[in-house]
Amino acid sequence: MNLLHTDVEDDLRASVAGLLTRGASWSDLVEIGANSLHVPEELGGQGAGYRETAVVAEELGRTVATVPFLGNVLATAALTHLSDDATARETLGRVAGGEITACLVVPLSSWGKQVSADSVVRSVADADADVFLVPRSGVLHLVSSASVVPVTSLDETRPVSDVDASGASVALAGSGDDAVRAALLAGAGILASEQVGIAQWCLDTTVAYLKERHQFGRVLGSFQALKHRLADVWQDLVLARAAARNAADALTTGVDVEIAVSVAQSLCASVAVHAAEECVQLHGGIGMTWEHPAHRYLKRAKADEIALGTPAQHRATLGPLVNLTV
Amino acid sequence: MISQLVDDLLAAHDPATTDRLEFLRARFDAGLAWVHFPVGLGGLDLPRGRQQEVDEALAAAGAPDNNPRRIGIGLGMAAPTILAFGSTELRQRFLRPLWTGEEVWCQLFSEPGAGSDLAALATRARRDGDDWLVTGQKVWTSSAHNARWAILVARTDPDLPKHAGLSYFVCDMTDPGVDVRPLRQITGEAEFNEVFLTDVRIPDAHRLGAVGDGWRVAQTTLMNERVAIGSRSAARESGMIGVVAETWRSCSDGRTAAGLDRLLSLWVESEALRLAGVRLRQQLAAGAPGPEGSAMKLGFARLSQALSGFEVELLGADGLRYDDWTPRRPELVDFTGRGAGYRYLRAKGNSIEGGTSEILRNIIAERVLGLPAEPRVDKDVPWKDLPR
Repeated sequence: MNLLHTDVEDDLRASVAGLLTRGASWSDLVEIGANSLHVPEELGGQGAGYRETAVVAEELGRTVATVPFLGNVLATAALTHLSDDATARETLGRVAGGEITACLVVPLSSWGKQVSADSVVRSVADADADVFLVPRSGVLHLVSSASVVPVTSLDETRPVSDVDASGASVALAGSGDDAVRAALLAGAGILASEQVGIAQWCLDTTVAYLKERHQFGRVLGSFQALKHRLADVWQDLVLARAAARNAADALTTGVDVEIAVSVAQSLCASVAVHAAEECVQLHGGIGMTWEHPAHRYLKRAKADEIALGTPAQHRATLGPLVNLTV
Repeated sequence: MISQLVDDLLAAHDPATTDRLEFLRARFDAGLAWVHFPVGLGGLDLPRGRQQEVDEALAAAGAPDNNPRRIGIGLGMAAPTILAFGSTELRQRFLRPLWTGEEVWCQLFSEPGAGSDLAALATRARRDGDDWLVTGQKVWTSSAHNARWAILVARTDPDLPKHAGLSYFVCDMTDPGVDVRPLRQITGEAEFNEVFLTDVRIPDAHRLGAVGDGWRVAQTTLMNERVAIGSRSAARESGMIGVVAETWRSCSDGRTAAGLDRLLSLWVESEALRLAGVRLRQQLAAGAPGPEGSAMKLGFARLSQALSGFEVELLGADGLRYDDWTPRRPELVDFTGRGAGYRYLRAKGNSIEGGTSEILRNIIAERVLGLPAEPRVDKDVPWKDLPR
């Protein structure tokens, strides 16, 4: 188990951060292979692993960039799981190569129950895609044309849509339920790193603001009541980073994945929300404005808390895994 | 290199037939006591992270250890300070018996009037020829009743501002002026002591650091205390969460859905804190320790309090009982050997001892986040003029 970042991962972080500072688009990220780090080389990916994908997620969390990164993780994880099927393998190759985008048609809030898209599926993330993977009665279907209706989203940096993908489809061989489960597990584990990135931005930004802002003739950051709140956010982040790194490592090695992911999701989702709420509060009035970026992080953090299982749902998953039940 | 030295040590001193103390002395002399210490002082000048190899290899060979928990203050606080500030003579004299546990150490820092504000301490050291005469009262001293030596901070110049007038000494606990009295605490036992010092004679050669430099020396001690508290390795569900999880599993009466969610939240936090500890040790091994040590202590205090409180509640009728109020004198704090009520009460100390959680938050805010200190009214005032 390695909970640190390797030199290669640090380099990757620097490249992604550099691209994002220059306002990179999804195609820029695809160009450096950031969409397929976790996809094996023989399936057309970079063959690195989820640890690297998690590094990208952390940087994307720091910028709350509007890119279909999470949807890409879900779709590629599902296709990788079904890669014995020729259509799945071919589709995965095209997605990994950046030729097309794919969307796993499940509500972003999915966790823990069987998903079956028999009619319109509500609140699907990153649905502006070229092909759709639709779970129906335990089988994943490939659909090339669907009705995608964007809805007004809480988090406009990762908008959701209602998707009706009941048109002509090709059934992919293998267990669709298992493929969806694998996708949600990978997505939830990676999301934890995004949440660490969100919390880190919120902490950094609030600390910087409290070093500048004066009231009562003093720098606000010198008030103990405020310092302690920021120290608590930092403390949360120390734990969240270890848990997120552990989830990414577990997804890469395949060891202890379910516990690692649910621990990380239960913790990191709440840490990101808390950090974003503190960010708004400690900025005072400016934190409530549309102009200041804090609201985008709050909305992303709150949406991420629901995405791929709430903290309480992950604890419900965790209980039986660690032999703690009512 | 390490494995060769371990093999040589085991070959020359078979743990099965060698006296414990003799083995420990030989281990020290082989540089395998603490590998990050200098050669000749029990170490090999290697990174701290390499110690684990030695410990694991010796444990696997059935070698005795130095019972580190019993001599934690010596190992974690006195030793790094003696190494950093002691003369060659003091290092040679003190480090070996400290490490083997032949000589137990205690710490004479806190006073009734100087807790979080340690620099305000009032114990006076007055120069008397080549010696110092020390008079004052110290408190919260664990192991004082077993200790041979103490690390001591005393005021050598009351006319200077509080941080500037302190000096740091090694104090002989067998001096007739040292009076150790048990201090009974909320658990009923007397784990700590009050120590009254009356004209205790300390040779100037037992001073660590320059006269007036005691605060800086004490910072070394305290930073090491936090590293020592923070960096223990542990298996999943060890420590307080393990105890409480077992209570949950064996106690069907008190289990509710709401209680389960609360317990699982604490389980998650315990697991994350354990992982943060693993990460901290990996950073240490890679030679780049982060500031996470303070986070470990803060997290540990919060969790042990939340978990032990939960356990008492979970026990229902049994939670109304207490195992033993007699004023015992334990040598070690043992959360697992006692009842839930004891754990609940003893855990209250976790956010006070070794730096309160409030002081730790100040340290994190100022040293890690770089936020400014509160305006100070006491920094430039002579200590003797401070309101008390």
